Amino acid sequence: MPDAPGLELIANAIREKIAPDAILATSYFREQACLEVVPEQLVPVLEYLKTDPDQGYTFLASVHGVDYLPEAPRLGVHYELLNMKRVERLRVKIRLDIESPTVQTSVHLFPTANFQEREVYDFFGVVFEGHPDMRRILMPEDYEGFPQRRDFPLGGEPVMFTHNEPEGPGWYE
Amino acid sequence: MVRVNRPPVDTPPDVTPKDPLGIHYRDREKSITLESLTEQIERQREARRRERPDGYSVTSQAETEVHTETELLTMNIGPHHPATHGVLRLLTTLEGEVVKSAAPLIGYVHTGIEKNCEDKSYWKVIPLIERMDYVSYYFNALGYCMSVEKLLDEEVPERAQWLRVIHLEMCRIHSHMVWLGTSALDLGAISMFWYCFRERDNILDLFEMSSGQRMHTRFIQIGGVADDIPLGFADKLRAWVKQMPGRVDQFADLLDKNEIFLQRMKNIGAVSEERLLELGVTGPLLRATGNPWDLRKAAPYSSYDKFDFKIPVGTVGDNYDRYKVRLMEIYESCKIIEQALDGLPEGPWITDNRKVALPPRHELATSMEALIHHFKLVTEGIRVPEGEVYVPIESPRGELGCFVRSDGSSKPARVHMREPSFVNLQSLSDMVNDTYLADMIATLAMLDPILGGIDR
Repeated sequence: MPDAPGLELIANAIREKIAPDAILATSYFREQACLEVVPEQLVPVLEYLKTDPDQGYTFLASVHGVDYLPEAPRLGVHYELLNMKRVERLRVKIRLDIESPTVQTSVHLFPTANFQEREVYDFFGVVFEGHPDMRRILMPEDYEGFPQRRDFPLGGEPVMFTHNEPEGPGWYE
Repeated sequence: MVRVNRPPVDTPPDVTPKDPLGIHYRDREKSITLESLTEQIERQREARRRERPDGYSVTSQAETEVHTETELLTMNIGPHHPATHGVLRLLTTLEGEVVKSAAPLIGYVHTGIEKNCEDKSYWKVIPLIERMDYVSYYFNALGYCMSVEKLLDEEVPERAQWLRVIHLEMCRIHSHMVWLGTSALDLGAISMFWYCFRERDNILDLFEMSSGQRMHTRFIQIGGVADDIPLGFADKLRAWVKQMPGRVDQFADLLDKNEIFLQRMKNIGAVSEERLLELGVTGPLLRATGNPWDLRKAAPYSSYDKFDFKIPVGTVGDNYDRYKVRLMEIYESCKIIEQALDGLPEGPWITDNRKVALPPRHELATSMEALIHHFKLVTEGIRVPEGEVYVPIESPRGELGCFVRSDGSSKPARVHMREPSFVNLQSLSDMVNDTYLADMIATLAMLDPILGGIDR
């Protein structure tokens, strides 16, 4: 893990090389470093972290979607980067508005993001622009709504039995 | 013949066959191959008719000829197919017997576990999490419990860590036994299935002894493990672990001289290390290419740095290497279990922080405070400070990461599993392109996907 000063060094390097306002915040919690990035600068930042020889975060471990319900930019997408040589992990985080959550895809940098970004789209409705195959992955393709959002109710999903079949949505016919 | 110069009424549709692999596979699913080729021939004929003013057309041999190099067959495999190791659907495009593309379609056992976790208090999430990847349940539970412990900044007693390691390595062998048995079954070696499941049953007996359940044991708790191992468990485990390497030798003898097995293993499905890293593949698949990346060594957790074991690696990364790496891992796991049994430290097996773990039963009868803690834990659960953590561990299939976000309440605000099967499945099309269909079944078996983990 980069320690807290190491994280600031990375943040400063990004401010110098990418854009002065690319970094919104840095946080260091429980030995985990996290960079919060402006959504427009996500792909340049990831590209810098991947290709720069000083950084070498060449492996994308995971992409998570998060819904911070009461907070203002509601949705978040986390990219867990890993430097396999130094065994350091760095989280790059963006926050997106619920109205039109759109961000550039990073599949061209990390092909592994293909399924994982689709999963984030499936559950949170974050659209990744330029993704080769932006469809639902785990939910049915005709499903409406984004079930992992915090305001999506748990339960209440109609279960079809023979007796209530006529009241169903009809897609099964 | 007199040709009439007519202005072209409408240009006939493009008759040159598109590159069938360039078509998106969803469109290919609808109509490809003979159907579309017949259409193509019809269009060609129509174009010829337009050229002749009398409208008379002759079908020549050349026109009806189907281009064999573009004759592709789209075949659906699954979701209910014994060789897909679960409810996996593969949309394959075949040219003859050769796979040209394979697109995995998943989501058939999606049960919304991650959504359900947000409605449960922290300690009630563990049984749900265990049911994700249903053959390596100890790993799921450990990933989740370690994340919550990290959020709580809770220290786990050493004995608990060692007990965890014992059960994790047993579970790794269990997972590899299920993998080996079903994979060999796919290739017709049915006796392997019975031998492997006999060993698996021995492990389940031991799980039952230590926790009361055979599968989904809920043994690993936040702050430690559920209970100390019972009297006689260590002896029974020691006896089993002593004979396990011999059994693995037998399995290897049965398979390593089996020509049918070898034909589907050697030099099949190799993908380069760089490509696998791009695709985020970890675990035995990556180690088969010679990259010794294993989180137990790279970033030791749960006292793994106290054990002496090796990381088996392959050389070329074909199916045979994947098979061999997993087989060798069983020997190493046996070594770890023996060391853990020998050096098992004395002490508590769960944290004595009463805000995290339940007080022992005997205290409830004498201590009012213990009763209050018990009541608070059972009714409300653990209150976890705000924060976000991601904890990766090495599961039998690769890096299993658990992301937990806490908003300060007693229920997690988000639980997300980075399931190695889910990520590794993306490499399937790289592995199977231009191999035989029967090889694809073997490659899929060596990929070892667990659909409960993929779909969650």
